[in-house]
Amino acid sequence: MMVTLINSILGPNGALSLAHALSGALVLVSFMMLYQDRLSAVINVLALHSAVLGLAVAWQAWIQAEPQLYITAVIALGFKAMIIPLALHRIVRRLNIHREVEAAVGIGLTMLAGMGLVALSLVVMLHTAAHSAVLAREDVALALATILLGMLMMIARRNAVSQIAGFMSLENGLILAAAGAEGMPLVVEISVTFSIVIAFIVIGVFLFRIRERFDTIDSTALDAFRGELQ
Amino acid sequence: MINVATGAVVATIAIPVASATILAMVPYWRLAARLNVFVSLATLVDISLLLLRRPTSNALFLVDDLNIVFLLLNGFVGFTTSIFSAGYIAYELETGNLTPRYLRFYHAMYQSMMAGMNLALITNNLGLMWFGIELATLATVMMVGIYRTHAAVEASWKYLILASVGIALALFGTILVYLAAEPALGAGMDAMQWTNLLHNASLLDPAMLNVAFIFLLIGYGTKAGLVPMHAWLPDAHAEGPTPISAVLSGLLLNVAIYVILRFKVLLAHSSVISEPNDLMIGTGIVTLLFAAIMLYRRRDIKRLFAYSSVEHMGIIAFAFGVGGTLGNVAGLLQMMMHSLTKSAIFFTVGHVAQAKGTQKIADIRGLTSSHPLLGWMLVVGVVAIAGLPPFGIFTSEFLLITSTFAHAPILAVVVGLGILLAFGALIGRMTTLCFGTPSPGSQPVRASTTPILLHFGIVLFGGLALPVFLYDWFAHVALLLG
Repeated sequence: MMVTLINSILGPNGALSLAHALSGALVLVSFMMLYQDRLSAVINVLALHSAVLGLAVAWQAWIQAEPQLYITAVIALGFKAMIIPLALHRIVRRLNIHREVEAAVGIGLTMLAGMGLVALSLVVMLHTAAHSAVLAREDVALALATILLGMLMMIARRNAVSQIAGFMSLENGLILAAAGAEGMPLVVEISVTFSIVIAFIVIGVFLFRIRERFDTIDSTALDAFRGELQ
Repeated sequence: MINVATGAVVATIAIPVASATILAMVPYWRLAARLNVFVSLATLVDISLLLLRRPTSNALFLVDDLNIVFLLLNGFVGFTTSIFSAGYIAYELETGNLTPRYLRFYHAMYQSMMAGMNLALITNNLGLMWFGIELATLATVMMVGIYRTHAAVEASWKYLILASVGIALALFGTILVYLAAEPALGAGMDAMQWTNLLHNASLLDPAMLNVAFIFLLIGYGTKAGLVPMHAWLPDAHAEGPTPISAVLSGLLLNVAIYVILRFKVLLAHSSVISEPNDLMIGTGIVTLLFAAIMLYRRRDIKRLFAYSSVEHMGIIAFAFGVGGTLGNVAGLLQMMMHSLTKSAIFFTVGHVAQAKGTQKIADIRGLTSSHPLLGWMLVVGVVAIAGLPPFGIFTSEFLLITSTFAHAPILAVVVGLGILLAFGALIGRMTTLCFGTPSPGSQPVRASTTPILLHFGIVLFGGLALPVFLYDWFAHVALLLG
């Protein structure tokens, strides 16, 4: 009923359009994450990213009539959009991390690479998924773009907190793909598993700084501890 | 009434899960170490039951010719490593490197890892397969960091980040396989069930499968240590406790390759044309050559053998890429022999590092004079892993090169060159490690030699007289692999 209502407002296939708009918004927010130069801004964009994912998954749950997907949406809205960003802000404050994002690759170059990756994923997925349902096809293309942008974030930014942000946006892309694949089983279990992994990573960063094992959690500094490089 | 065979299937996962819970609560480490050996033996016996009475596969579980080999190997190496581990941790406690509190955690993680690997091997569902690998990864991440040194925590962090990305990509690949199957098989669990996908392989969307395989190869390839996603592997092997190095190299890498093989079978039976093979050949060669060159620059004994594992994963990926009956048989044999040899080498190296109090190659010399038994076992191990006769790895590498030579001589030459390069590095290191005047500063060590001798015995047997039934079996599996 809701679907028909939306369709009557947005025209035919309005429900699909909204799903695509939300997926597109996720890619856009991924781009926003790439050009932030302060850590706290990166964390805020991450919260926005997860919130958009939550909405996108909730919308998929509605149009596919798959109530269990709401659990995934709630995980995204509660755990990933609120608890984790709060924890990350706390880590930045408590550990006195350098407040600026340290870029391994310049922002301009990162943005260009990002555009290239989005173009690549659209070309590849729209071409290969030509036989799939419309919903799945565009969704999976945009999800792949989000995943690749997340990887780019992990490679192009040095600091451990921005790497976590990169990984989480990558994982958001995955959940989007899984939710968009119609009737895909185990999506909820998968999102729970990933939440555990993320909790692991965040707690790990926090714990090891508390134990004062590292002077910095910049992961290039970690490389220096390797016995072999010298 | 529950069928015996079905019960045995459930027990391959239930035994490790239950014992992980119990071991987490046992405060006496001696008891815990013995219990760990006992439950590992129980798992091995249980898996052997599967060999005798094979259950019919259902939506969740599948036991066929391909995975029964790896299940057995998993049970066997898991058991022998638990024996080695008991002696190893006793020494680590004496020297104060580990505390009893950490050991509860260690044993619980050991069994969780076994549960994850058994689940990945025995399940028929692609999602559960992914979950099994994820579980085993998280358990090993925690064990790698158990010493809490700078280097151990760094290795563990790197492993966690790289493996998480790998596992995420593998999941994306799995989602794409689902999307390839969903139009033909309908939504829901059916499109995630491996046997179901295989029976309807010709209906799957080939373009989608192709793209999916790229993600699966990169994703699970990260876990298998294929270049360029191998960076976690040497660190994790070097900084974690040695029993973990042994199971990482001996089992977890194999499980990752096994999962890739499952997907390769799907592609081989679908209408996809040969692309996965080229990908595997390319990745395999790059991995082999890279690792062979890197072997020359190693100064840490555990890192040396970790790179040797990367090298062997390259050879294995190449072998399955070449395919055909001989290529696949060579790959399967190489997986088995490498697993047994490398875990035995890590057992030996663990004792050597304890006896010498260091892992630096420069500080370990003349082992055959100071510790004759350990020294000679290391010689045997290196000879076996470098691919010299009469050991099993020689058989598989010989099989691989001769079969490749028949239709792609240039590839055979390149692979032969890679193997020779690695051979040179390993033998060169071995001569300084094992011969000459012993380096100062060594303690006697109570080595548990039974597992090492057992492994080398099997590898030697595999090289001298590969039983006909085993060859027939492998050839049968090779047909499935296409």
